[in-house]
Amino acid sequence: MTFLSFLISGISLGSIYAIIALGYTMVYGIAKMLNFAHGDVIMVGAYICFYATSRYDLPPLVGVILAMIVCTILGIIIERLAYKPLRAAPILAVLITAIGVSYFLQNAALLLWSSNPKVFSSVVPEGSVSLFGGQLTIPYVTLVTIAACIVIVAVLVWFTGKTKKGKAMRACSEDKGAAQLMGINVNGTISLTFAIGSGLAAIAGVLLCSAYPTLVPTTGAMPGIKAFTAAVFGGIGSIPGAMLGGILLGIIEIFAKAYISTQLSDAIVFAVLIVVLVVRPAGLLGKQIREKV
Amino acid sequence: MKQSLKWNRSKTTRNNFITYGVVILAYIILQIMIGTDSITSTMEGLLVPICAYVVMALSLNLTVGVLGELSLGHAGFMSVGAFTGVTAAVALGRNVTSGPVLLIVGMIVGACFAALVGFLIGIPVLRLKGDYLAIVTLAFGEIIKGIFNNLYVGVDGSGLHISILSDTTNLAADGDLVIGGPMGLSGIPRESTFTAGVILILVTLIVIFHLVNSRAGRAIMAVRDNRIAAESIGINVTKYKLMAFTVSAALAGAAGTLFAMNYTTLVANKFDFNTSILILVFVVLGGLGNMLGSIIAAAALTILPEALRQFSDYRMLVYAIVLILVMLATNNDTFKAFLGRLKPGAKKKKEAV
Repeated sequence: MTFLSFLISGISLGSIYAIIALGYTMVYGIAKMLNFAHGDVIMVGAYICFYATSRYDLPPLVGVILAMIVCTILGIIIERLAYKPLRAAPILAVLITAIGVSYFLQNAALLLWSSNPKVFSSVVPEGSVSLFGGQLTIPYVTLVTIAACIVIVAVLVWFTGKTKKGKAMRACSEDKGAAQLMGINVNGTISLTFAIGSGLAAIAGVLLCSAYPTLVPTTGAMPGIKAFTAAVFGGIGSIPGAMLGGILLGIIEIFAKAYISTQLSDAIVFAVLIVVLVVRPAGLLGKQIREKV
Repeated sequence: MKQSLKWNRSKTTRNNFITYGVVILAYIILQIMIGTDSITSTMEGLLVPICAYVVMALSLNLTVGVLGELSLGHAGFMSVGAFTGVTAAVALGRNVTSGPVLLIVGMIVGACFAALVGFLIGIPVLRLKGDYLAIVTLAFGEIIKGIFNNLYVGVDGSGLHISILSDTTNLAADGDLVIGGPMGLSGIPRESTFTAGVILILVTLIVIFHLVNSRAGRAIMAVRDNRIAAESIGINVTKYKLMAFTVSAALAGAAGTLFAMNYTTLVANKFDFNTSILILVFVVLGGLGNMLGSIIAAAALTILPEALRQFSDYRMLVYAIVLILVMLATNNDTFKAFLGRLKPGAKKKKEAV
């Protein structure tokens, strides 16, 4: 029974990683850049929701929607100001700019909201479901997190597979030049991807802080790195891969904490990642691209 | 053809001498400033860290600029160097009292261990490419941090005692606990000096310039520019990649020891992902493959937060904005053309990624 409860909390933590990883993987797929500021967008989303619900007593759902709107706009602004002028620049230049944006967001948050930890009140009502005569209790927040992840992935798979905008997105990630020749608005599509990714980051931020309620300006940094790892783990650029990678990462982390060592859990997670990447260099569901000579 | 090659080589040599010259000149000027007391004490305290960061930037430039592989875990090697080097220095310090000897032995031990770790991690990892390699180096940096945060190493009369997760070193009464898990290093002999740092920078430059201008260095750059072409003319890609990676790790290890022996205590969390990123920022801002650029960027960006002190709370914000603006400006065509006009002899350089 404890095994099952660890498994469920692993899936729940993994679902949060998966939602963050989706943002990484979509942006990477289309813009071929590692958006290091993504983790900090999560933090901004969590703060917006915190202030909306705790200070202005808005209902939790309004707080979440407000956080999503602010993060979406923030994502578009970041893309327009910092990344768009660098479209033709070397990848490393874009990477450093993303790091600059990440520093900027963290320090702006530090000035605006101070470094005092905020106690985030969960957007999901307290309480839990009891199964097997009370042997297994699952908090509501866990269930909501897992459900949110499944819904988001399903919607994204439908969106990229069936809709016109989604197809444009895939075309851009395949070949920007050819997509432009086919009349696709490449810049608009990239902005849309950033908007979706940042909106997802807001949801992830709210869910993360609902489960782990301490909110500081660096809250997003470590989950950001882990989600990025998860995206690579599953095969970066692939939406199902991000979900699989995120959930596996969450399960490994919780099991490592429970059965091996709390202090070494991060090291174990990263060690598993290295082993997987050495065996499958393009991640679990990534395309193995053969080099043409 | 032959003539142009010769010309190129003499130009490289000239550039190398300019780099050595700048370092030595900066050292002399700073020594004079220290001698005449015209430098603030905070700045003086920054000198050794600046030297360590310069060496870190130079060694990472070998991986990123010359070898062309992105590494996000360079601070991991610094960490290995710091922890092993200091342990060696403390162990030796029980019998030897000469400061410079402790520092040199510490650096050599640190460099050797970092090289060993770099070699071991390099074997499987360098088969990966691009972002996948980057993420594995990041993972490696985090693993190193996790291990050192849970490692307990003590020294007493009967030798080294090592334990992991909890302190079961059972030291003799006169023993010193060198690495205390999450408490990190303590009782470090503070033997690092500015002079030692500058010597380490010069040694690093000599190693890197000799490597880059040798047959091996040209092979490494051939692998960077076109791996398949390099492989097809018989260059052993793995061997040269490993060579560059190991040398880079060894230099980072020495820098780690230098950095650690400037303090009395130091925790493993100091060498985290942010430190790796900071060093990468130095390298990219200074210019890939440009050693003088790395030196200037590392020194300038270490001083910048200090120089921005007047902005107090806003200084890191200003730092971030400066970073973004510099990246935007240096990749702006109009701005580049403007710079190009200022510098008539400047040749066009293509950045390798």
